Amino acid sequence: MNVLIEEKTDNKNGVTIFVEGEVDVYTAPQLREKLLPLCQNGKTVYVDLSKVDYIDSTGLGVLIGAYKAQRATAGRLVLKGVNARIYRLLRITGLHEVIEIEDRKQEDGKV
Amino acid sequence: MNIDLQKQYEKLLTSYIQDTREDHLYGAQQLSKWILQQRVPPEEVVSIHIATIKNLLPDLPNEVKISFDFLIEVMIGYGVAYQDRDHLVNRQRELEDEIEVAVRMQQTLLPKSPPPLEGVDIGVLSVAANRMSGDYYNFVDHGQGSLGIAISDIIGKGIPAALCMSMIKYSMDRFDDQPLSPSEVLRGLNTVVERNVDSSMFITMVYGVYDSLNHHFRYATAGHEPGLVYKASDGEFHDLETQGLVLGVAKDVDYPEYTIELSLGDAIILFSDGVTECKVDGKFLQREQLKQIICEYLELPAQQAVEAIYQRLFEMTKYSMKDDQTIMIIKRVESLS
Repeated sequence: MNVLIEEKTDNKNGVTIFVEGEVDVYTAPQLREKLLPLCQNGKTVYVDLSKVDYIDSTGLGVLIGAYKAQRATAGRLVLKGVNARIYRLLRITGLHEVIEIEDRKQEDGKV
Repeated sequence: MNIDLQKQYEKLLTSYIQDTREDHLYGAQQLSKWILQQRVPPEEVVSIHIATIKNLLPDLPNEVKISFDFLIEVMIGYGVAYQDRDHLVNRQRELEDEIEVAVRMQQTLLPKSPPPLEGVDIGVLSVAANRMSGDYYNFVDHGQGSLGIAISDIIGKGIPAALCMSMIKYSMDRFDDQPLSPSEVLRGLNTVVERNVDSSMFITMVYGVYDSLNHHFRYATAGHEPGLVYKASDGEFHDLETQGLVLGVAKDVDYPEYTIELSLGDAIILFSDGVTECKVDGKFLQREQLKQIICEYLELPAQQAVEAIYQRLFEMTKYSMKDDQTIMIIKRVESLS
């Protein structure tokens, strides 16, 4: 139960956060600490989840918090590399229609 | 009090030194219980011991006598720690009491049992993983055979979730007298939640109205784990259609409504994500597994069925429940009249 979070800021288009591991009730606070401060100046924030296999509802709450913060400052929040399980969660919660999702993983052709 | 303690201690110690009998040691154990009860600090007990020894053996070497001062000095540190511990124990007890009050208050937010509905058997079970739950369910009697049914998962656990739950309950209480449609209920709740909760908190919900006159279940969902509908005609489970954003994320959200018609023996099964996200042998429970388990118990009266299903899941997860679990079964049965 660990999560690695890395930030790459030299991107001209915005900031990318790479997340690796499981985002759950134990690790979600780490993601919140990294992600929310970036969502304050209207820049596009990419969250790369290609190495995340599982997000629980607390983790989803962090993404929602970031989405709301970005919306308030006219910035964009974009999720990348979402796997089938996470996409199912986004679809059930209806978040796939409000949060931008790019480059879903290939394996999820039939979600 | 301390004079008594000193006398008692001296008596016991003197007897023990004289004959080293076990029963004096037992006496010492009893005395130590009393000492703890009276909250006598450890350095005081050591002082009493030293005074007794000095009385009994006046010719002690001077080095030993000096060493006693040293010992008392060391014991003072223990005394301070003992007081701190005492303070923390009291504080802990106070907090426990407060949590206990909150737990009892939260239980009053949940309806005791589903209201009777002609030709319908409803069972529900909600178990918290810890002491406070983030799962919620409610029944709203609209009269004329029509019952509003809600099942909800408040993201986050513990006290914040419980506070949020009371907000949901009191908002729903307003719907008692005005039979709103499921999508209107969810729209109304969404507005309340969106305005009032922390930005990373959200709530999922299914709200449906069961009309026992024609056995139609009209429902809408807000990002809730899709429930199941069991059709007796083909013996199969079908996913309930779901489409709708979780409560609290955006303003002005529309929640599409769906209607299911239940024939005799059909059942609707609703649950919280604690049920679908439980882990069996390190893997998430598959939806197919869940359907099989439900199927085994569906013949039972609804309340017994939800209890048996919960028990089975609890055993399968080796008695380790990570999240709150709520299961509700709404089954169409033979009408009595």
